[in-house]
Amino acid sequence: MKSLLITAAAAIGFALPAAAQSGEPIKIGAVLSASGPASFLGEPEKKTIELYVDRINEDGGLLGRPVELIVYDSGGDANQARTFATRLVEDDGIVAMVGGSTTGTTMAMAPIFDDYEIPLMSLAGAVVIIDPVQPFVFKTPHTDKMACEKIFEDIEKRGLSKVALISGTDGFGKSMREQCLGVVGDYGIEIVADESYGPKDSDMTPQLTNIKNTAGLEAIVNPGFGQGPAIVTRNAAQLGIDVPFYQSHGVASKSFIELAGDAAEGVRLPASALLVAELLPDDDPQKDVVVDYKTTYEAETGEPVSTFGGHAYDGLMLVFDAIKRANSTDPVAIRDALEETKDFIGTGGVVNMTPDDHLGLDLSAFRMLEIQNGDWTLVD
Amino acid sequence: MAARFGAALILALVVVAVWFLADSNFVLRVATLVFIYGLAAIGLNILVGDAGQVSLGHAGFLGIGAYAVAIGPASLGLHPLLALVAGVLLAGVLALVIGRPILRLRGFALAVATLGLGILIAMVINNEAWLTGGPDGMRVGRLELFGWRARGTDTWYWIAAAALIFGAIVASSLKASPTGRALRAVHDSEVAAMVAGIDVARYKSAAFVISAVYAAIAGGLLALYDGFVTPDVAGYLTSIEIITMVVLGGMGSVLGAVVGAVILTALPQMLTAFAEYEHMVLGLIMMAVMIGLRAGIVPSLAALFGGVLRRVR
Repeated sequence: MKSLLITAAAAIGFALPAAAQSGEPIKIGAVLSASGPASFLGEPEKKTIELYVDRINEDGGLLGRPVELIVYDSGGDANQARTFATRLVEDDGIVAMVGGSTTGTTMAMAPIFDDYEIPLMSLAGAVVIIDPVQPFVFKTPHTDKMACEKIFEDIEKRGLSKVALISGTDGFGKSMREQCLGVVGDYGIEIVADESYGPKDSDMTPQLTNIKNTAGLEAIVNPGFGQGPAIVTRNAAQLGIDVPFYQSHGVASKSFIELAGDAAEGVRLPASALLVAELLPDDDPQKDVVVDYKTTYEAETGEPVSTFGGHAYDGLMLVFDAIKRANSTDPVAIRDALEETKDFIGTGGVVNMTPDDHLGLDLSAFRMLEIQNGDWTLVD
Repeated sequence: MAARFGAALILALVVVAVWFLADSNFVLRVATLVFIYGLAAIGLNILVGDAGQVSLGHAGFLGIGAYAVAIGPASLGLHPLLALVAGVLLAGVLALVIGRPILRLRGFALAVATLGLGILIAMVINNEAWLTGGPDGMRVGRLELFGWRARGTDTWYWIAAAALIFGAIVASSLKASPTGRALRAVHDSEVAAMVAGIDVARYKSAAFVISAVYAAIAGGLLALYDGFVTPDVAGYLTSIEIITMVVLGGMGSVLGAVVGAVILTALPQMLTAFAEYEHMVLGLIMMAVMIGLRAGIVPSLAALFGGVLRRVR
């Protein structure tokens, strides 16, 4: 019952100079939603973290010590996550933590890590995790607010200003809609229509007809997740709406193009560089990192890479990087080193953290993509 | 005396023993969660074990209690304790209003109706994001009394333990009272109970309200203890967990409900060593218990060993 996934053990004694693996293991904890409704987040995250802890141990570990990973599955339940978090800091004695997968589990665990002064590297999206800043709480994924800004920036660049919103009423769509309405004032953009649809609706023609009949309509933005946005895209094409159409990073996967079919042509969306790893120019700072992660993950797991796994890669590597620079496994020293992270290149972007910015990404982390001939192309 | 305080006495001994045996806050946290879920299970047992009515939606009441202590102080400026009382009242009134029509249903129809009630409450919590924070949940302010702040697991251990023991005393007393006998009569045969002059609808409704009140108190304590609440607390899976605690531990047994809470809360923590197979092992243990100890753990063992245990159940 002591600990479950001692990934470190396997590496010891294999093809390694014995000296490299001497010393107490460095314990890193992870509470992920590997099962349950959020398993599409937790599963690739868990695989990624296990894979890269194995790899660092094969390479001689960290500071000459092996890394021991302790993973618990919260099933997406906040209460359960908090119990596991207590266990990690109290019983397992971790020095840093990567996870949770969802905003709810992260927010439930955060107070424990602030109490025990151990850094928490969240893999969840919402901006509330890092704003206001909590001393020991960090996160890797870009926020939906940044997605809104990226989209509005692009709309402005095209000289358009009258925008319609059509949002899903799921957690993702609702949160992003609010963020978009919050930042729209910073741009020369006016929201002329604001429609919504349920996550299980199968026809959005009525909402889109309202939008189509809105005077002066110049662009449509669809904050949403899952199947909804594909249906919205199809319906918009059926209604012959031909203004520029923007989707969110929430549907940045090949399955969206498959579901939306020809209607997806010309749709733009912000996404992380990982999605277009091969398309990046060779001088792109992220090129090497994203191509390496993508090929490694796909070769080891046999599954297509996802941005969620990428967030976990970034989180784990940021923690490793901080431990190396701190040259210490003292949690407070790791936290201090994390705050000094400069020009760290991850799959999500180039990270520059400060004591006031525990995310460290700017808008360049997002790439604006356009769908052409059933595939992604880079706009900028 | 034994009938009224036996179960509470045993619980009190266990609470003190665990306090001295626990070697970390993690163990105390699991124990605290057991006490809180145990309280909800004791309440539900009055409805399920005593009155013989099923409810698959009790997490909804847990959610009302939890969100009352979250929303009350944040939006209305209520004291957390007052918010808890308001949440408990709201749950009780809702149970009274909804209970009358749906408790006319029986068996599967009642199960489906209560399931629907629970899902509805969870949906409201999920959808009204302006009030509840939606699926991402919301923060809960600390409980403060005369300048003393209830925080930390060691404090909440005792608060939860006190609530559990008080809940056990009330449930045991109820069992030994004329109302308890009336409920058991309803359980055995509604027709016979009616002939004996028992207002069946009223007693069923009373059991429903009492169990909702227990659940709301447990939900409020859970939210205040965690300092954060998400809609999972009101979710369908939580409902199933509480009713499983009742059935597994022993229907109609106060101690049984707590034993059920121990199994469903503490066992998954011990089974993490099985990693991916955790749920399978948990399921197997539950199946084995139900096959081997058909009336539930406590009543079956009491029947086996007789004597003392039977008195206190």
